[in-house]
Amino acid sequence: MSELCAVTGVGQTHHDAERSDVSMHGLVREAAVRALADAGLEWKDIDAVVVGKAPDQFEGVMMPELMMADALGAVGKPLLRVHTAGSVGGSTGLVAAKLVQGGVHKRVLVVAWEKQSEADASWVLMMKIPFAAPLVAGAGGYFAPYIRAYMERSGAPKDTGIKVAVKDRLNALKNPYAHLKMPDITEEMVADSLMLWDPIRYLETCPSSDGACALVLTAEDALGSCENPAWVVSTAMRSEPTMFAGRDGVNPQAGIDCAAELYRKGGITDPRRQIDVAEIYVPFSWFEPMWMENLGFAEQGEGWKMTMSGATALDGDMPINASGGVLSTNPIGASGLLRFAEAALQVRGMAGEHQVDGAKLAMGHAYGGGSQYFAMWLVSSDKP
Amino acid sequence: MAEDPITGIVCPIRLDYTITPGRAQTRFLRGLENGKLLGQRCPATGKVYMPPRGSSPTHGLPTTEEVEVADRGTVTTFCIVNLQFASTVREIPYVCAQILLDGADIPFFFVVQEVDVNEIRMGMRVEAVWKDPSEWGPTLENILFFKPTGEADAPRESYKEHV
Repeated sequence: MSELCAVTGVGQTHHDAERSDVSMHGLVREAAVRALADAGLEWKDIDAVVVGKAPDQFEGVMMPELMMADALGAVGKPLLRVHTAGSVGGSTGLVAAKLVQGGVHKRVLVVAWEKQSEADASWVLMMKIPFAAPLVAGAGGYFAPYIRAYMERSGAPKDTGIKVAVKDRLNALKNPYAHLKMPDITEEMVADSLMLWDPIRYLETCPSSDGACALVLTAEDALGSCENPAWVVSTAMRSEPTMFAGRDGVNPQAGIDCAAELYRKGGITDPRRQIDVAEIYVPFSWFEPMWMENLGFAEQGEGWKMTMSGATALDGDMPINASGGVLSTNPIGASGLLRFAEAALQVRGMAGEHQVDGAKLAMGHAYGGGSQYFAMWLVSSDKP
Repeated sequence: MAEDPITGIVCPIRLDYTITPGRAQTRFLRGLENGKLLGQRCPATGKVYMPPRGSSPTHGLPTTEEVEVADRGTVTTFCIVNLQFASTVREIPYVCAQILLDGADIPFFFVVQEVDVNEIRMGMRVEAVWKDPSEWGPTLENILFFKPTGEADAPRESYKEHV
């Protein structure tokens, strides 16, 4: 029988294209201090620190965790780094949850971050790899062909992605920490924006952000003064090779299997009905309908109907990315943990203007690499 | 008088390394030196991998049977790039496509040129344009790009499991 684990502290930085007012150390500390304050704890109360970020090339700083032990309050404590590409924020939260559930530690600080302004992510993603065919178009160039395949396969209306892009940016206006603030955004503006990687337009892509996110995870007997913990009711992680014959890059098997395990362990048989709100990793707008199908919120070929009907809007029956999501804020390594954190805020009733009324069960989701790493959790206001 | 804070300094980085390609990729690279594309077959599924990695990613078995695949194939899906990257010198727009070579069971990314970007489509047949043989080395850079063959499009059934 494993221990129960709850989120009792959530903190994040104000995210921006360039946080030149702080060093990388200052950035992570800003999020961690907020999470500790939320949990009513001090640095000395923390037993272990688990961190995650995208590959080191994203800032050009090798193994930054080695020199950040003091900034992270980890001197004399276990400090562990998790590494699963873009899903790393999610995986980092899950590794920390396992340390609590396994009875190893009572209070674990989780910190994930990226300071994208310190290097050039597109350059990093296009480094020439010997013998491999050249990937000559960055992350968008990698995912755009799969989006095209989804559009062809599903017959979705061509403006599905535009709807997502507008919805998430309007949600971000209600999130004081979000990076992009576009109060005047319209479908026309998105449609008219430059077609960067056809079929992906400029305003259908995520920004590059500097930012960090932190959580305090505690065991049941260490909740302290927290009266509204977000209980971790289910977790799952899966991976698959980037390339194998017959791989479905639109609807990856690892994502299907990860969701199935998450739902089985969480007692979910009808995710759309049972889950109140979900924070899903959508770096390009079309990934909302794609993931709706992959995660079982919609039947195959019908995810776009949820977007077009307004079901995924803040006032819809299945709000997706009430916070504004990755499309509005993307400090890569932190993006997955932000999804997990926002899910926790929702069930704690602490999401402010983007709160979904009465949310009791929320899902956080992250993916990374070539859609090959998946990390998910369910958090609830009810003790399991 | 207070000085402005230093908020960042630029430190270019570079990385030089030696790679050990292993047996499968050595075969692949030697093939390229001679203008051949050599894949390997998974003994469990019969699927041909190109480039080969020496083992099957689905079954973990050695892929010892070598299979030469064609330097022409079918575009399974693609994107049109309108963004200039610092690290590339291509004229925009250009097409980046998943290409399923005839005889292979996994597509690979490559640039398609000599095609109007409004004409590129799923199922289009394309072929490799090689450098002059005098310039060939053990590298995929021997292939400059792919271009349309002018053949009729491949039926969707022939590539739908390879996107």
